[in-house]
Parts: sequence; C-alpha cells; structure tokens
Amino acid sequence: MILVVLEHDGQRLRKGALEAISRARQIGALGAIAGVVIGENTQAVAQEAAQYLPTVYAAEVGSYTPEKWAEAAYAAAQKSGAKVVVATGGRQSRTWTARLAYKMKAGLLEDTLETSTDGQHIIGVRYSFLNRVTEKQKAALPVVFTAKPNTTPLAEPASSSGVVEALEVSLPPTVEVLERLSEQKKGVSLTEATVVVTGGRGLGSPEAFAGVEELASTLGAAVGATRAVVDAGWRPYSEQVGQTGKTVQPNLYIALAVSGAVQHQAGMNKSKYIVAVNKDAEAPIFKIADYGIVGDVHQVLPALIDAAKKLKD
Amino acid sequence: MKFVAVIRQVPDGESRLKIEGGKVDLGGVTMILDQMDEWAVEEVIRLQEKHGGESVVVALGPERFEEAIRTALAMGIDRAIHLVAEGYLDPISQAEALAEVIRAEAPTLVFTGGQQADWDSQALGPALAEALSWPVVSWTTQIELEGETQARAKHDLDEGAEVVRVALPAVFTSQQGLNEPRYPTLPGIMKAKRKELKKVPVSASSKVEILEQTIQEKSRLNKMIDGKDPVAAAHELVRLLHEEAKVI
Repeated sequence: MILVVLEHDGQRLRKGALEAISRARQIGALGAIAGVVIGENTQAVAQEAAQYLPTVYAAEVGSYTPEKWAEAAYAAAQKSGAKVVVATGGRQSRTWTARLAYKMKAGLLEDTLETSTDGQHIIGVRYSFLNRVTEKQKAALPVVFTAKPNTTPLAEPASSSGVVEALEVSLPPTVEVLERLSEQKKGVSLTEATVVVTGGRGLGSPEAFAGVEELASTLGAAVGATRAVVDAGWRPYSEQVGQTGKTVQPNLYIALAVSGAVQHQAGMNKSKYIVAVNKDAEAPIFKIADYGIVGDVHQVLPALIDAAKKLKD
Repeated sequence: MKFVAVIRQVPDGESRLKIEGGKVDLGGVTMILDQMDEWAVEEVIRLQEKHGGESVVVALGPERFEEAIRTALAMGIDRAIHLVAEGYLDPISQAEALAEVIRAEAPTLVFTGGQQADWDSQALGPALAEALSWPVVSWTTQIELEGETQARAKHDLDEGAEVVRVALPAVFTSQQGLNEPRYPTLPGIMKAKRKELKKVPVSASSKVEILEQTIQEKSRLNKMIDGKDPVAAAHELVRLLHEEAKVI
C-alpha cells in the first residue's frame, strides 16, 4: 500500500497534492493508493480527493503543527498498511515527514525530483550540496519521500470515485500557536512561476522595486528578492530566493542588481535560462548567466520594461 | 540549565566540488562548521550567557569533524561530545544515535541547523525531536525562554511566519536572521584546546544509500550584451529571449 498526504488550503487540494498523487501512481506496482487529508474542513477536501483515489481518510486535527501532522499521517499509514508515504516538499512538510519517517523506522528521501521502485526499494533523484550535485539515493521499504514542487505532471481524476473515511487521531503534545504572521500574497506564486524577476541590494532602495514589479507583471512573472533585500526590510521574507529562502526553477530567471552569492545560486541555479543585469562585470552571477548586460540597472530596467511592453502589445 | 547545539562540518560553499568514481570527492576542499549550525552554536552561547548553566556541542561524523567542534569551543561552548562514524549515515539513523547521548545529557533545549549545506537535508532537527519525543520548532528566527519549562519562539512557515509557545525540552532549528555569530578570539582558540572533547565510537547502518552523485552544471550561453546604450541593450535582450530562447 501507498499513502499520499494531500496538501490543501482548507477549501481545495493544492497543485502539490495532484503532483504527489502522480508520484504515487508511478510506483503503483507496490499496491493500492490511499490518501489522507489532514487539518481543517477535511471532509469537504477529502470529497474532492476521492475523485482521484479509492480511499481517502479525513483527519480533522485543527491548524498546522508538525507533531499533529506526523501523528495523523502515521495513523493513516497504520490504518492503510502503507509501506510508502508520499508528500509534497516545503518547509512544513519536510519538518513533519522527518518525524513521520522516524516513527515508521523508514528511510527518508527528501525533495526528490523523480522516484521509482524495483519492488523492494524506492530510488529517488535529488539535489544536494547547495543544489550543485545531483544524486541518486536508494532506500529499502518502508520509505517516506517528499516530491519537489513542479517536478511532476498533475494527476487526472480516476474513472470512479472513492470513499471518504473519518480518521481518529489522538493528539500528541505539541506547540501552542500564539500568532500567525501571514504575508500579503499578490501576483504569481514564486515557486509555481515560469518567469521570475529578482531584485538585489544593488537596486539601492525599496522604491526601486516598483520597476521590478512592473517588469514582472508585464511578463506574467513572480517577484523574487535576495537575502540582503529581505533583511533590509525592503521586501517580505516570502519573496526570498536562496539557500535559506525558496528554491525556484523557472524557464526564465532575471536577476537585477544581484551579485549571485553561492547561497543565492542555491535557490535558482537550475533555472532554464538566466539573465543578469549588473554594473560589476566580475559579479559571480554572470558566470551562470545565459544573457548578461553589464550596466546600470537604473537605466537598463526602465528600457527593459519598455521593450517587454512593446513585445507584449 | 543546559543548552546543546548539534553541529556538522561541511564543505565551504565557495569551494569547487569534484566527482571521483561517481561520488563527491571532498579531498582538498575547505571544510567549515555548517553556517546554519553556527547560528545554532551562537544562540546556545547567548542563552547560556543570559540564563547561566552549561553549553555543550554534540556532533556525529568522521574524525575530520573535530576541526568544526574546536571552532564551536573557541566561540565559547563549554565542552563537546563527538560521536565518531565514518561514511554516510542518513538523518533518521543519525537522530537515533544522537538521541541516546542527548537523552543522557538531559538538556533544557537542543539547537541545530535548519538545512545542511552538504546533504541539503532539513530532517535532522525534527527527526531528533521525534526520537526524544519532544516538540520541534523549525526555521527559528527568535527565541526567548519563559522560565525553565517553556519558551516563546518565532519561526518561518512555507508562507509567512508564526509565534509559538513550546514546552521544554524541545528541539529548535535555525534560520538566517536568528543572530550574527561571533568570531572566535585568540584567547578563545587557545582555551578551546584545553576544553573537554569526549569521543565515542558509533556503529550504525544507514537506511539510505547514495548510489551515484554527478555535477550537472547546465552549460550557459554566457552571451554578454554591451550596456553602454541601455535602450539598445534592453531591446536586444528582449529580442533574444523571445526569438532565441523562446521564453517570453
């Protein structure tokens, strides 16, 4: 048996859930697939999930903490007899899946790009060494693995609907959430965008990001930022690209006034095409750029917005 | 109170990696205390400075880790325990081995890095928490003790952040912004040489095997456009992205 932990927003399944279902189907030789929806309003979300899977458990445990999620996933794995648990990768899931793997005495394959099975093992491919090395890992069942977002085609609904079953979970001791500081999300989501426009410290001021936003909206792109920029308070932390922020892999990554430290490269070096604009010809970003302009961003950016607008017209 | 940091030694991010026989060869590479673990070490020292008690580092890894352990001692940690194990050991198996030692130490809390700069793993902290049956707070940017039995912490989520109250003992993992680590001073380095460093051999088998590692650096076009005329350069760039790369 295979268990898929289905990411959702309290209303609907997230894209990641459909990627995780696809990953489970790819190793379908290991047995039937069950799903679990953990959190709030799980019955309704589980109904949607039942279009894809024969059995979906609904674990109504309230808002997120890693302890609750690990316990609920463990209960679902026990109930379904799953030897493999699949989830989508993100900070939160990579926290609770580690707890889950320990509970199951399972091998853990984190943030995999692809996965397969030989019947006894799961073989996963992932990045390591700050995204610089591609490695193939193998673990004997039981296995817990997370799928890196945007690596797998979305699952199609099954020919017949499955059943939803409520799952009782005894809640473990956990953290008490005092305050959620959610950041206003606008525009395209960074990890799902096909084009990303990132601004660095070299832009000089938070106001200069108006140009970054304009170029991004012209290209249907998401806005990214470097660590220095979010540390300075110019942009929210949710826009940070890099080792301690988000990892992105768009078709086009435009780095404006970004020097390109290794920690930043760890978050974007797998982009299909990289464009760099920087006044310093020696900036490390140019070494990994497909197209580079050595020049003053304050002059190049407005010209770039103009040229992009003309193209889109 | 007793504060523990779990640390590892990793290649310096700036150093060039090479592959030998299908695996990363670390020969000749500069090895450092993992930057995210360094934040954990700094936070543990600050907690000790504020609340008193003892600070300890625990590391699991090959002999070469000693250098990173000495760095932590030179920063101000009181003593160290080095679980010596050569070869790759996955984070779940590491947590199991580390939990035994940490349980015996009975600390107030444990701090470790949010993500490892070699395995790109985020699992050690939460797996360790599970092994100890403690709660975990990952990607911590702020922590304050409320007496000896609970703490208030701010940490990052997938989107945004939250403030939590957590019963101690607990495991915390670090995020950038937590603190600015101090540099070891010369007297600190001298003192570190005399501090207790207990070595314990460990034999454990890994649940995960690394079959092959490769460096697939995408070959980049490296086309440079002269930026002296910004308008012409911008138009040329947009043309190339549209006609050649076909990405806009």
